[in-house]
Amino acid sequence: MRRLVAPAVNGVLLIISILTVLPLVWMLAVSLMSPGEASRFPPPLWPSRATLANYRELFTQAGLGRYFLNSVLLTAGVTLSSLLFNVAAGYAFAKLRFAGRDRIFKLLLGALVIPSQVAMIPLFLLLRNLGLVNTYGGIIVPALASIFGIFVVRQYALTIPDDMLEAARIDGASEFRIFRSIVVPVLRPIAITLAVFTSLAAWNDFMWPLIVLNDMDLYTLPVALASLSREHVQDNELMMAGAVLTTFPVLLVFLALQRYYIRGLTLGSVKE
Amino acid sequence: MKGAGAAWCFVAPALVIIGLFFIVPVVAALALSLTDFDIYALADRGNLRLVGLRNYVQLLQTPLFWKALGNTLYFVVVGVPLSIGVSFGTALLLHSRVTRFQAAFRTALFAPVVTTLVAVAVIWRYLLHPHYGLLNYGLSRLGLPPVDWLGDPSWAMPAIILLAVWKNFGYNMVIFLVGLQSIPEPLYEAARIDGASAWQQFLHITLPTLVPIVTMVNILTIAGYFQLFAEPYVMTQGGPLQSTVSVLYFMYEEGFKWWNLGSASAVAFLLFVLIFGVTAVQLRVSRWQGVA
Amino acid sequence: MGREGEVVAALMPEFERLNPGIRVKVQQLPWTAAHEKLLTAFAGDVTPDICQLGNTWVPELVALDALEPLDRYAASSPIVDAADYFAGIWDTNRIGGRLYGVPWYVDTRLVFYRRDLLSDAGFSAPPRSWPQWTQMLAAIERRSPPDRHAILLPLNEVEPLLALALQQDEPLLRDDGRWGNFRSAGFHRALAFYLEMFQRGWAPVVADAAISNVWNEFGRGRFVFYVSGPWTIGELQRRLPADQQQSWTTAPLPGPDGPGASIAGGSSLVLFRASRHQAAAWRLVEFLSQPTVQRQFHALTGDLPPRRASWQDPQLAADAHARAFREQLERAKPAPQVPEWERIAAEMRLVAERAVRTGLSVDEAARELDARTDRILEKRRWILTRRDGG
Repeated sequence: MRRLVAPAVNGVLLIISILTVLPLVWMLAVSLMSPGEASRFPPPLWPSRATLANYRELFTQAGLGRYFLNSVLLTAGVTLSSLLFNVAAGYAFAKLRFAGRDRIFKLLLGALVIPSQVAMIPLFLLLRNLGLVNTYGGIIVPALASIFGIFVVRQYALTIPDDMLEAARIDGASEFRIFRSIVVPVLRPIAITLAVFTSLAAWNDFMWPLIVLNDMDLYTLPVALASLSREHVQDNELMMAGAVLTTFPVLLVFLALQRYYIRGLTLGSVKE
Repeated sequence: MKGAGAAWCFVAPALVIIGLFFIVPVVAALALSLTDFDIYALADRGNLRLVGLRNYVQLLQTPLFWKALGNTLYFVVVGVPLSIGVSFGTALLLHSRVTRFQAAFRTALFAPVVTTLVAVAVIWRYLLHPHYGLLNYGLSRLGLPPVDWLGDPSWAMPAIILLAVWKNFGYNMVIFLVGLQSIPEPLYEAARIDGASAWQQFLHITLPTLVPIVTMVNILTIAGYFQLFAEPYVMTQGGPLQSTVSVLYFMYEEGFKWWNLGSASAVAFLLFVLIFGVTAVQLRVSRWQGVA
Repeated sequence: MGREGEVVAALMPEFERLNPGIRVKVQQLPWTAAHEKLLTAFAGDVTPDICQLGNTWVPELVALDALEPLDRYAASSPIVDAADYFAGIWDTNRIGGRLYGVPWYVDTRLVFYRRDLLSDAGFSAPPRSWPQWTQMLAAIERRSPPDRHAILLPLNEVEPLLALALQQDEPLLRDDGRWGNFRSAGFHRALAFYLEMFQRGWAPVVADAAISNVWNEFGRGRFVFYVSGPWTIGELQRRLPADQQQSWTTAPLPGPDGPGASIAGGSSLVLFRASRHQAAAWRLVEFLSQPTVQRQFHALTGDLPPRRASWQDPQLAADAHARAFREQLERAKPAPQVPEWERIAAEMRLVAERAVRTGLSVDEAARELDARTDRILEKRRWILTRRDGG
């Protein structure tokens, strides 16, 4: 009986893993099929003759290159700019003293409970008055700072030894100098973690870009894909190619930077 | 620059952003929900009326609102235990001493979490096709009749639950895994030496460590599941027969399709109150149990 | 939107060649999202210069004061000649005595049918009235294999029910669009006729999600009748094999006791008030309204031109399938022109779907629809009362 445990456990894990990954693999397979090939019973698992025609059509007819670029630019914009805001604030909440620091932080934590959709409608009206609707700014500006980001950075920053900072202050360094030379290098791992989180969330964001971006030229990949899928209900192979283009970049980023992502997940959840 | 002044320089930008683009809109949403702001008011401010709690009263009398609430509760009540159960189970499997290639399995099981929901919904819409979908094909191989997943009002929500569980279980699985890994091995050694069985080890070592994690995961997952929106939007447009209209989908249609912004803001607030209430109850219960 | 969006881009180089200095950027929207996108654009102050607008949406955007009145443009235009357009269609663009849109193409719904399968069931001509239609549907259902239905009425479309309802004498809304009028005997009749098709099993209970490809299924003989619009001509001609092209054709929509009315649909070209390029946008309207360009457009999309001059095109005049549409257009009736119409139509669809799937009675459904409509129109009543009283 003992000897069966290992193959049983591994076997079950293998089956579950295959079932989990199957939709993604199938997405890739169908994207390489010729139009109409997938609408058969029984459904085919592999293209009879792999073709890149769907991808070609996406880039030439549907203009997916533009949407890809938008997604890249917006994700980079949001990630880089928010990194600055969140790291600075997170460090300050952890290590700098100012009036009402803890009370403000508690309030921010409380605000985490509020679903972001509550703010959506007035935010839209506000952005319209600022002239930011239908622009990159409408996506980037509200995302410049996030409570979750500040929280995560603060958690990590709490571990910076106070004496290191005190010593620098005694030496006469300004807070900015300390931040730049001491704190930022120490916070690098959490910054990378936050960057991974933020970029994944920004790339995958759907509801807000759907509302704010009206001009087709500005659509990000998820919005463009949703729009295409409603219009091209019949063209499954084409849709799968679009899905591949939308998911593979994030999958690759994740595979490369797994370590940081996992660390970030557990930071607030598990007490080390 | 030193002292508190410098500190403010660090936090002010972030606080301004959060204040202006989150807190203010939330407060404004409350105000908006007390008016009948709609497309007429958008054109001419004179068409705006302050209606107090009338939006809320009317919502509570709208059958579709209750249906949306029921659908969302169905999703939460069935989806959350299922998702957490699968996460927990797979975490246990991954953590087992006999597991090989843990990293590879973990990556495979986690992959759906990072994928774009819209893309995944497109894939699943096709997997669930009554004639040409892989799922029904699999059912037919098992000798079961095909199911019209997205066309049958009774099966559409289960289909969405299936999608949600598939997409999210990896997230909590990793959290559980790290929790399991944080239990020092010597504890188990000592228990084994004392003659404890595997089940007893689980009950007295593993479980107590994990309960606070499970509670927290539970709270976060429930709060997240209440915010169901993208799956109905891409896969079913709320149908068939509005069986997949969630509260947020309802809000989206009220607000961005019909432009009854006053009513939509009221929906958003009711959702917030609901999530807040459920979370508060959970926290109270867990504190009472001496856990959190 | 839709196919028109794809095709109009092909016509732009010619326009730009004739009007150097004007560049056109075409933005396409899927029909399912177009309405909400347009309103979002309005709410966000980012409307386009010129837009294709389903004519049922014109009253809504006029109520929002979003559209530019076109009377002075049309009056001085040599190309846009009001008298040449089908009257019912032209009128859908006149709100409160002013012109807000120029019809671009017309759209109505009528019957597509497989005449080979119909004659197999013993009928050599399409139905002209409801009793005849009922007779044919029953006969077809009796003689058909289990995977064939007599008629396809997708539950995600409101147009078939709407067309049947418009055939009645009673209007759908009463008192200048202040209240619903679904309690009328006429609507009861239309709804009963519609529901009967599902109750008798003549129509399958499906929305479009289950139908992978309507036109191919029509070609495979999965259903004999299909209520649809002009674009289906183009799709069937493109997607079905050449030897099948003789097996299908069109016929006007049967009415309660003879050929009946249908929806006066279609799209108009409108200019937005906020636009800063109105003169250039009007040039584009004129370009697209020229009979030669309209014929080109028809050839590419199958959409039907809204003016008689364009119908004189020999190819269009000879088109057997289009002939039924020409006949139907003379009997086209518009939907009620209230801004809330889009929402009311959505409720019509939902209540009808509920009645089909859960077996509501005609009375219950009509009462429910009236209740919902009255609620939707509450703000309109308030605004009209204020306008008249205060």
